[in-house]
Amino acid sequence: MAEGKVDPVHQFTIEPLFGTDHLAIAGYNIAFTNSALWMAITALVLMVFIGGGAKQAVVPGRWQMAVESFTGFVDDLLRSNIGANGRKYLPYVFSLFMFILFANLLGLLPLALVGLHPFTPTSHFTVTGVLAIMSFSIVLVVGFAKHGLHFFSLFVPHGTPVLMIPIIFPIELISFMVRPFSLGLRLFVAMMAGHVLLEVLSGFVISGTNGGALTFGIAALPSFVLMVGICALELLVAGIQAYVFALLTCVYLNDAENLH
Amino acid sequence: MPQIAQLATTYSSQIFWLLVFFGLVFFVVGRGMVPKVMATVDARDKQIAADLAAADAARKAADAQEEAWRTQANRQRAEAQATIAAAKAEAAKAAEARLAVAGQGIDARLAEAEARIAAARAGALDEIEAVAAEAAGDIVARLAGLTVDAATARGAVKEALHG
Repeated sequence: MAEGKVDPVHQFTIEPLFGTDHLAIAGYNIAFTNSALWMAITALVLMVFIGGGAKQAVVPGRWQMAVESFTGFVDDLLRSNIGANGRKYLPYVFSLFMFILFANLLGLLPLALVGLHPFTPTSHFTVTGVLAIMSFSIVLVVGFAKHGLHFFSLFVPHGTPVLMIPIIFPIELISFMVRPFSLGLRLFVAMMAGHVLLEVLSGFVISGTNGGALTFGIAALPSFVLMVGICALELLVAGIQAYVFALLTCVYLNDAENLH
Repeated sequence: MPQIAQLATTYSSQIFWLLVFFGLVFFVVGRGMVPKVMATVDARDKQIAADLAAADAARKAADAQEEAWRTQANRQRAEAQATIAAAKAEAAKAAEARLAVAGQGIDARLAEAEARIAAARAGALDEIEAVAAEAAGDIVARLAGLTVDAATARGAVKEALHG
């Protein structure tokens, strides 16, 4: 990168830290990587944030108000999608929403200015995939535990003519089975695309500035202005993707909880 | 793309550490802190609802009491009016009765006085008749030398007096 050529996907490289390259359990490598470090930072910041607001004062302070607005937001999400039964999923959906949100936002921090390289765990489909599979597994477990084999009626919408069932059933089944992939890939793609875009634009800024006054004017400066806008957009996307992930989890949980 | 290029070497570490840290978040934040926060929010909502209900109940009670007070005041006013009317009617009746009694007394005394006057007048007339008869008898005896008895004289006088 020092020679002015920016590799836009280098930021997603996983590097083992603290000499833990060969740390393993049962033959599986569990090196403590930069990705793990940023997950740890995310968890820590999240715990500090929520812990600081869990003062349980009847008249809340600012911090407590902020935390309560987040819990209230997720609670409303669950209530409006699942109903009164949704409260029991609050710990999971809240953890999911906040973890993704904080991971997204922390990955956007301009820490490179002080020489650190922020890493966004949610830009890896191994991470988003595990989160999606967790949500999907909960849906399956809840669905089958609550409704047994009747859960399969989910794939036959109400009012389907008997003649159409052989056609509708596979379509619904496929759309159901695709859910974990769409859930995980959506977040991964959104986060990666944003970071790549920012990296490419910053590459333009660096190359354009190095190339002289003309390229600075026609490439670097517009790219920089665009970057400012994209940064704001990325902050929005970080929130929206966390929201979408939590919302879709709620919608899927509603299917499991209430069928149709 | 490192996500794919490094997949084989990093997937286990990624999954492991995600489960570790997401699990940490789930148990510490989701299970530990969020229920407390929600309990606080619920307690606050409940207290606000209870306070509002209490205020509403107090307002309703005040309205009811005002209503009761008003009906009682109206009833008492009506009672007072009835009492005043009754007292007025009674006083009027008593005054009438006393007027009637007084009127009767006056009538009786008037009748008595009239009777006395009539008696006096009758007495006076008798006296005059007697004196006149006596005088007539005397006059007849003196002038005609006749002796008229008292009864004749009296009849003549009566005839002369009453036509």
